[in-house]
Amino acid sequence: MINIEIDGKHIDVENGCSVIEAAHRLGIAIPHFCYHKKLSIAANCRMCLVQIEKAPKPLPACATPAAEGMKIYTASEQAVKAQKGVMEFLLINHPLDCPICDQGGECELQDLAVGYGGSASRYKEEKRVVLHKDIGPLVAAEEMSRCINCTRCVRFGVEIGGATELGQAFRGEHAEIMAFMSDTVDSELSGNMIDLCPVGALTSKPFRYSARTWELSRRKSISPHDSLGSNLAVQVKNNRVMRVLPIENEEINECWLSDKDRFSYEGLNSAERLTKPMIKQGGKWLEVEWQVALEYVANGLRQITQKSGAEYIGALATPNSTLEELYLLQKLVRGLGSHNVDFRLRQSDFSTDSKQTGAPWLGMAVADINHVDRFLLVGSFLRKDHPLLASRVRQATKNGAQVNLIHATDDDLLMPIVHKEIVPPTGMTTVLAQVLKALATAKQATLDISVQEIVQSVTPSATAQAMADSLASGKRVAVLLGNFAQQHPQASQLQLLAQHIAALCEATFGFFGEAANSVGGYLAQAVPFSDAEKHGMNASAMLTSQRKAYILLNVEAELDMQNPQQALSAMSTADMVVALSAYKHHATGYADVLLPITPFTETAGTFISSEGRVQSFKGTVQPLGEARPAWKVLRVLGNMLDIPGFDYNNSEAVRDEVLVGTDLSAKLGNHLHGVSAQAETFDVAGLQRVSDVPIYATDAIVRRAASLQKTRDAATPRALMHSVELEKLNLQSGETVKITQGHGSARLPIIADDSLPHGVVRVAAGHAVTAELGAMFGAIMVERA
Amino acid sequence: MLSEQIRAKTDHELKKYPPDRKQSAVMAALRFVQDEKGWIDTEDMADVASYLGMPQMSVYEVATFYNMYNLKPMGRHTLTVCTNLSCQLVGAVETLNYIKSKLGIGVGEVTADGKFGLREGECQNVCDEAPLFMINNKKTCGHLTKEKIDQILAELDKE
Repeated sequence: MINIEIDGKHIDVENGCSVIEAAHRLGIAIPHFCYHKKLSIAANCRMCLVQIEKAPKPLPACATPAAEGMKIYTASEQAVKAQKGVMEFLLINHPLDCPICDQGGECELQDLAVGYGGSASRYKEEKRVVLHKDIGPLVAAEEMSRCINCTRCVRFGVEIGGATELGQAFRGEHAEIMAFMSDTVDSELSGNMIDLCPVGALTSKPFRYSARTWELSRRKSISPHDSLGSNLAVQVKNNRVMRVLPIENEEINECWLSDKDRFSYEGLNSAERLTKPMIKQGGKWLEVEWQVALEYVANGLRQITQKSGAEYIGALATPNSTLEELYLLQKLVRGLGSHNVDFRLRQSDFSTDSKQTGAPWLGMAVADINHVDRFLLVGSFLRKDHPLLASRVRQATKNGAQVNLIHATDDDLLMPIVHKEIVPPTGMTTVLAQVLKALATAKQATLDISVQEIVQSVTPSATAQAMADSLASGKRVAVLLGNFAQQHPQASQLQLLAQHIAALCEATFGFFGEAANSVGGYLAQAVPFSDAEKHGMNASAMLTSQRKAYILLNVEAELDMQNPQQALSAMSTADMVVALSAYKHHATGYADVLLPITPFTETAGTFISSEGRVQSFKGTVQPLGEARPAWKVLRVLGNMLDIPGFDYNNSEAVRDEVLVGTDLSAKLGNHLHGVSAQAETFDVAGLQRVSDVPIYATDAIVRRAASLQKTRDAATPRALMHSVELEKLNLQSGETVKITQGHGSARLPIIADDSLPHGVVRVAAGHAVTAELGAMFGAIMVERA
Repeated sequence: MLSEQIRAKTDHELKKYPPDRKQSAVMAALRFVQDEKGWIDTEDMADVASYLGMPQMSVYEVATFYNMYNLKPMGRHTLTVCTNLSCQLVGAVETLNYIKSKLGIGVGEVTADGKFGLREGECQNVCDEAPLFMINNKKTCGHLTKEKIDQILAELDKE
């Protein structure tokens, strides 16, 4: 430890600690622009100049490491003179347009200019002009003359985002921040550049000129999208969400937000919002009072229970629903006598139900990802599915971690991958078995009987061997299964093999949850097997074996399900479909009742993130129109149907009923028992489908976020295929083809993509243009349109 | 796509650096491009980026930072007149003006026949020869007088 003195106060700091960091720990503020604790040191703004004893000139506090006995004066005459000098230079070229600048009121330059700037400028010459740039629909770079060239945005891209999309071109007075050849910034973390920009050069395009920052009230919330559980500051004006910013939480999202979490709020104010209960009568939709709609639903459910039996009722909810909503939904249907309830809508293999020690979770704390030194990622579109977790893995690779990947596509993760095996979905178990075999041989371990058969049937490839070596050489190893692996038709096999691989290298074994409540859904018992005595039907069985009534919570059947074709046909032949939805969507085609419920900003609720962290939040605005929180709607339905135990006064009471007295850690568990791996793999004749759910198509809110929908990531899906496969079918890259699954088809342009394995067609799911197709995995046909 | 010669020269350059630091050769690679075609297009920068496995923007940063890279087509003979202090003191401005009037072009321009281009440059570290210019960043011509300039231009004109 090094002892230094700053403004007369002593502090012990570790070797290599910068003066600005030490001052920060003492609570001494040193003015700065380019310094940011999460980014590398650039020392180019010079604002943090301080006086250091025995140094002939002021030194930048951010780039000066503390040395034993150093005496630093941050506000001495020399220091302040230097700081004021720097401020005068910064202001020379900075336009005086604060009154019309979106950054006004939260501008670091504005704030510091009050303390260090002169009252008038001595500069009489022309100010420099930097032309505006169009860098995409999210980040506005319309007033680049305001830029003070701190390069925080550039460093963010390189160091956190993983791609050098912005750079500082030219030099000296001509230096400017720009993208190569006027390209757009496509990072899924680009919004953080807006927060980082200390001036008004990079501002939020969707938020521009819509409010002044001091008019906004700031309310805490939790992201409803991915399973990280990012902490949000929802900013509100006139009962309308105007923008979303991160709340710093070092253990979760640090000080960042993914663009999905940041800009999805536009979907909350969408014109498609459902604001009145609606009933379909004689083929026409009528707006009705809540009482009428609820009575209609209660009567309908009662009738079906009496006539056909409660088991003919099925309930489906998205994993983005809150814990309280999911709990009450299952309580409602179980109260009616049915156990058909599920939230795992995109899953296709349910054979592990009740054979797992608990709810599948990350297996470790999110913050521990940074300290892992060997990763085995199985079936994950990591960057798009979990942007900030991907960033943590990226930080780990900077500290020397090795990432091994087994997946069906070779999308650029913007981080070094030491070994990868890109195979069709049908080949994934084989690769895992190979890695397991290689590991077992290296460790001279005897394998469990449940995996012996499959392991004996394979011979490790060189890559599998290399992966095994990489994993065996690690001290803190993590084996993690992504969304793709969980949606895979052989999810249980993949899980079992991965579990044994993890056991052999003493690794943490976990799942990246698909959505905000992928863990919470299990704890809310919104699964068909949570009652030990009587099991109901899972999400897939409820569709294959036609139910008479469906209750849909937040679900858009053609977009949220593993097999949209099957889902739509089940919905359209059902006697009654009750859609609880925040939006007036495609359900108008198959539903009988639409009940307007509120999105996460208009209700209190709880999400349990991938790492098993329970985070409750309150509503930030009043419900829109007559929309009501879903937990209240379900509570009233429970009362109307005379189901006992539906007398909650608030959502906290629901949460407490689920969680109080429950040992959460005992409810989490990734290990399987009583499952064995078969040697015969699932086989698909001909081409097989590989599908991702595009980053801005994952849930109802984000699908309606206008600006996110203009990004490159939200472009209309195309079919992708290896050029060899294209040649076999005598097709040209770029031509429109007819893609068929089951009895439905879609017309899409087909594009050659040689990073894909042979024998697969990559077609995105969760999008309207592919909603006619069938399951996310399995056989698919491609022919000339 | 970079030409075979550029790739061969860049490969030679790459031997000087560790294999995982290929981007160290970016300045050399850009120089080879300019030597071959007289200037560097953004497409060439993208080619250099993919050849060296580095971000395109990083190549652009380097190419725009250094004054001696031509970012637009220049003449077959590009004269870069030093206008830094030592040259200024012994008449760099007059030299520049004389060349301008002689060629009928301004700084940053090219003659209609594409033979001559004119640029302003930075110190060449041979201030004892001031005033001076460089031809295509390769050959320094110092102690310039009007007569000497006439003579050099006439010789270049014949090439």
